[in-house]
Amino acid sequence: MKIHEFQAKQILRDAGVAVPESIVVQSPAAAGEAFTKLGGPLAVVKAQIHAGGRGKGTIKTHPEQHGVQLVKSAAEAEEVAGRLLGGELVTIQTGPAGKMVNNVLVEAGCDIARELYLGIVVDRAAAGPVLMCSTEGGMEIEKVAAETPELIFKEPFDVDAGLQPFQARKLAAQLKLDPSSLRSAVAIMQGLCRVFVAKDCSLLEINPLVVTGDGSLMALDAKMSFDDNAAFRQADLAELRDLSEEEPTEVRAGNAGLSYVQLDGNIGCLVNGAGLAMSTMDLIKLHGGEPANFLDVGGGANVEQVTEAFRILLAGDSVQGVLVNIFGGIMRCTTIANAILEAYNSVGFNVPLVVRLEGTEVEEGRQILEQSGVDIITASDLTDAAKKITAAVAA
Amino acid sequence: MSILINKQTRVICQGITGSVGTFHTKGCLEYGTQVVAGCTPGKGGQSVEGVPVFNTVAEAVGETGCDASMIFVPPAFTADAILEAVDAGIGVIVAITEGVPTLDMVRVFEKVKASDSVLIGPNCPGLITPEECKIGILPGYIHKKGSIGVISRSGTLTYEAVWQLSNVGLGQSTCVGLGGDPIVGTSFIDLLERFEADGETEGVVMIGEIGGTAEEEAAAYVQKHFSKPVAAFIAGRTAPPGKRMGHAGAIISGGKGTAAEKVAALEAAGIVVAESPADMGAAMQRALGGVMA
Repeated sequence: MKIHEFQAKQILRDAGVAVPESIVVQSPAAAGEAFTKLGGPLAVVKAQIHAGGRGKGTIKTHPEQHGVQLVKSAAEAEEVAGRLLGGELVTIQTGPAGKMVNNVLVEAGCDIARELYLGIVVDRAAAGPVLMCSTEGGMEIEKVAAETPELIFKEPFDVDAGLQPFQARKLAAQLKLDPSSLRSAVAIMQGLCRVFVAKDCSLLEINPLVVTGDGSLMALDAKMSFDDNAAFRQADLAELRDLSEEEPTEVRAGNAGLSYVQLDGNIGCLVNGAGLAMSTMDLIKLHGGEPANFLDVGGGANVEQVTEAFRILLAGDSVQGVLVNIFGGIMRCTTIANAILEAYNSVGFNVPLVVRLEGTEVEEGRQILEQSGVDIITASDLTDAAKKITAAVAA
Repeated sequence: MSILINKQTRVICQGITGSVGTFHTKGCLEYGTQVVAGCTPGKGGQSVEGVPVFNTVAEAVGETGCDASMIFVPPAFTADAILEAVDAGIGVIVAITEGVPTLDMVRVFEKVKASDSVLIGPNCPGLITPEECKIGILPGYIHKKGSIGVISRSGTLTYEAVWQLSNVGLGQSTCVGLGGDPIVGTSFIDLLERFEADGETEGVVMIGEIGGTAEEEAAAYVQKHFSKPVAAFIAGRTAPPGKRMGHAGAIISGGKGTAAEKVAALEAAGIVVAESPADMGAAMQRALGGVMA
């Protein structure tokens, strides 16, 4: 799960991590008031969406308006917020449709001496969390990693003991921080590592982490996402979920216990198991088709789930054919065959349906489909299935 | 010969009294696995499918001599169950449970590495030495005894691969599902080492997917240290970046972990990579043929 910058900053503030003073608002008038309340000669107005690249991104209806802007008066704050709120912000990460801006953060300006990068992730190879810092703040870290990997410094840390002070001092030295910044650097690095563990984060990224004129460090931006598997012990975080930021179809599928990802093609896929579901997409592409989605109905799919899966697939008008690929292990093909028929009858199919069944009780399953009289194209193996569905959609 | 498990393996099921634990205990018993004990705290003294239930794994080890475990407890308790098995000296621990928090696995991983136990999973289908021992949820009947080792990050895709192998007449020595999470107990390399040492294994099929760099590391290992033919398949060539494809571990992040990078690394190591998932059995045949010629 992802959250907004203003929510992430509140979590950091609560944990004692230095962040600028800011106020989140939902109306232009409130943005003006927030500017006055912050009391500075300048402030930054920032659109809140779950995507990066906001500073360079622009509002669809006001192409001259970027997602992040420095303002010098309450009137200007109001004006900028007026263009951002309710607008669709298009960035390199949102796709051409952009994302609706429902919240704007008005933040006190600060005196920036240097911009650094800080990120924390779980490193799979090291099987533990690692703190990464770079002198190249404000840049995309992937770009830095590709072009100048020597400018990225890493320290793995123990989940329970946390980042040790010497590790923070080591990073501070590599970042060539002034000795006067040391105390602040150690505090902010340790604080961020603590938050990462306490909240079961999967990513915590501060870009930029700034050194202010007086030498202290501050999180000027904050990106946080969480391990969904740990949601059961992070009840507070559930309130921070913003469903308007998520693909509605994916939310609906999630509620039905289905794993679903929307894609651009026209062939709907319904598969059991994530690996097989990915492979089925690959296979369709290999045979010249375009998958419309990734959909894993899981190992224990029942009739209700399969029916809901069909409804989701057919809800959009992009799907021109559906491929069902099931390898029954524990799942019996007869269960799936019956579920397909029930779903077929209750959903109302108007596109070609290709079904490939294999595994437990496959003969009985195929028989159920054949005897049903329902217009199903059966496939004998993976390649046959891919050929039949691409041909049916092309026709 | 085989790796990790065989006819002699004595299995305990942690979480045996839950519906899933009971169901798969039955499946394993039917396959011929020696399931000799179950464990559910507070339910010691009961029996499930004729298998005695103990309150602790340590007790079960003392009473039954079990040396492998399959874990079906809920995700919130899986880390504890794994650590209990390690503490009791269980040699092969197989965590089937899906949805274990990543940081729990960070803690568990270190403890397992420091012990003599091997952890398979979590979020995996288990492992099987055909006609000898099955631990987990794999459908036993698709497997045939033989000389091909199978290592996979996936569940049903592994069944697909095994099915194809069996259909082209290639039986399997041992098949292992590593699990679909970012941190799992056992890597491709851990098992390649065992398959290299196993006299019965003549070739290996590796099934990987997008996310992480486990396949690239395995490719480097194969090039340097592995003498037997290897075939591979990578799932997720068409997956878009930033989207989790079902498995927590299957996500292309920061431009890393793409299928293209993995396929390139595998091919550079002399591994025969199947382009289509329908071609995994045939790819193993080609890899074996290459060696014979």
